[in-house]
Amino acid sequence: MKRLWQRFRLGLLESRPTKGLMLPLVLSLMVIGSALYAIRVKHDNRSLTTEIERARVERERMQMEWSQLQLEEAALSHHARIENTARTQLGMAEPRDYVIVNQSAAGRVP
Amino acid sequence: MSKDVNYKLKPVQRWRRLAVLGLLGVGSLLVSGRAFHLQVVEREFLTKQGDKRQVRVVTLPGHRAAIRDRRGEPLALSAPVDSIWCVPSALLASPEHVAALAKVLKQTPRELTQFLDERATRQFVYIERGLPPDEARRVLALKAPGVFSTREYRRYYPAGEVAGQVVGFTDVDGRGQEGMEMSHDETLRGIAGSRRVIRDARGRIVEDTDDAVPAQPGADLALSMDLRLQYLAYRELKNSVLAHRAKGGLVVVADARTGELLAVASQPGFNPNNVEDRKPGRMRNRAIVDSFEPGSTVKPLLVAQALEIGALRPNSHIDTGAGWMQVARLTVRDIHALGDADLAMILAKSSNVGAAKIGLQIGAENVWQGFQRFGLGDRVASGFPGESAPLLRPYMQWGQIATATASYGYGLSVNALHLVRAYAALGNDGLMPHLRLTMDQPQQPPQRAVSAETARELRRMLELVAMRGGTAARAAIPGYRVAGKTGTVRKVAATGGYDTDRHQSVFIGMVPAENPRLIGLVMIDEPGAGDYYGGVVAAPVFSTVLQGALRLLQIAPDACSRDCPPAVPPAQLAMPSGVDVAEPRT
Repeated sequence: MKRLWQRFRLGLLESRPTKGLMLPLVLSLMVIGSALYAIRVKHDNRSLTTEIERARVERERMQMEWSQLQLEEAALSHHARIENTARTQLGMAEPRDYVIVNQSAAGRVP
Repeated sequence: MSKDVNYKLKPVQRWRRLAVLGLLGVGSLLVSGRAFHLQVVEREFLTKQGDKRQVRVVTLPGHRAAIRDRRGEPLALSAPVDSIWCVPSALLASPEHVAALAKVLKQTPRELTQFLDERATRQFVYIERGLPPDEARRVLALKAPGVFSTREYRRYYPAGEVAGQVVGFTDVDGRGQEGMEMSHDETLRGIAGSRRVIRDARGRIVEDTDDAVPAQPGADLALSMDLRLQYLAYRELKNSVLAHRAKGGLVVVADARTGELLAVASQPGFNPNNVEDRKPGRMRNRAIVDSFEPGSTVKPLLVAQALEIGALRPNSHIDTGAGWMQVARLTVRDIHALGDADLAMILAKSSNVGAAKIGLQIGAENVWQGFQRFGLGDRVASGFPGESAPLLRPYMQWGQIATATASYGYGLSVNALHLVRAYAALGNDGLMPHLRLTMDQPQQPPQRAVSAETARELRRMLELVAMRGGTAARAAIPGYRVAGKTGTVRKVAATGGYDTDRHQSVFIGMVPAENPRLIGLVMIDEPGAGDYYGGVVAAPVFSTVLQGALRLLQIAPDACSRDCPPAVPPAQLAMPSGVDVAEPRT
């Protein structure tokens, strides 16, 4: 690196044609390198865009599924449905005979 | 190096050089001229054309927010659906696809072909709207020519008719049309965003441009309603309306301290999921939109006013005589003659004569002021669209007759929420809360209506109403002390007087009476099966609904466990048939 730099400086200082070629050579190499890097960045950009796009579609799909699941849950847990199932299929009923026990009052009863 | 090879150089003829240079010159002129034309003259047009092929503006949907109850249960939700549309001429070109499509859509191929034939000249025809996304995917999987789908959003109401009148509904384009959907349209509605993107040849998005406008989804709305209580209230109301062959009815349950409305049920109802169900008479929320004459339910407010201004004392007695009295041309009648009775007895037996005597004793201005105290002259401002305004004429226009009738609740009209608010004041030791339907409404400080002593005194008197010997023994709830009041209101006839056979049966009460947490109001409109007294028709509904509410909200019993009335077996409870349950979308 150091030697390169020295030769580059020499090329700048000395007016001999072979030495003067050094500057454009280095510059053109840098241009090519920069161009390649630009391609790389562009490519990365595109693949990241595709990635985020895929993630967006996924999010949209999940939101859709979430709202459908909520609806499904609400429909399945509708009080009328639960009540109907409990009464007809499971034969459940409210207790016919019950006593409400007030805990503090019950504690005082000897 | 060139020195070593010695070429024989011939002089080039001058014209050749000129010709070559000239051709090159013309060529370069042409090229730069064309470049100038493209870059400068046609630049705008070409840029536009290029963008048209690559740059797309994608709209980002702004979803309409959900409406939920106070516990987060969904009452209104938007879910995506797909609509299938086609270009008829393209589809008709391949009959085997038409047949396959008809099979998926559960139509006969003949029907579909005929349907398409009739519209063959059009470029856009909906075949099926609002399909669940899974089914739409199956349709598209057929890859029929000229068949496409578009994404739309449909509003679902999982609670169905139980909360239909409060929640309301939206139109096809998602704008609120009724109820809370309408009054909170602004906040519920999402704002669609957009972004400009660059697509490649295969339609993939390869680059985002900077000028994206993000979509703003709407804000969820939480109602103060508790869906469990709402269901219970609606079920009992519907059962009662059916059993009494009534025209309609309503039930309101509110939190006595905060004024939050926990249940607002109204009959006849409608299912907002069914478009055919949306008929004006069914969509009306009677509890908020309809006014009625409050009848006997204002008597406790009158007594509270008399106590408050010191005209009567809690142990005062009124002589109601033989159960009737003459005020100018008006004869006030009681059902049973009470004779000399104290205030608690006048309320327990709902004596019109007693109330009229109190009203005439304190005078028109004081009666009017008493009603004003309890907000019967002010709007409730619940935030529900179309809330009815109260009608309470100024006392200057009242004569003897108007004062007497106003004392037992005729000649003024209020909606159900007015009564609930007034009784909440009695339940909340004189502090009248502001009623609210949503959790986000700012909590306003309650207004003082009467002193705490007066309110407690009234509650003590009103407990007699729901005891044996009162007008509403059937309002009793085992384990709890109930304070309440019945009302049996004659309806105004088309001819101007009062009908003798059209009634509104009302019961309004609070539990637990010692320290009320809940206010409940039940009104059955025109019961047609014989019974019409508030204590017979409305009070049992109150008892069942509030008993369930007390259990669900885990409010401790306040009556001693030993001298409690024996628990009554609950009536056979079942939702009447025909209650629509939103179908699961699987």
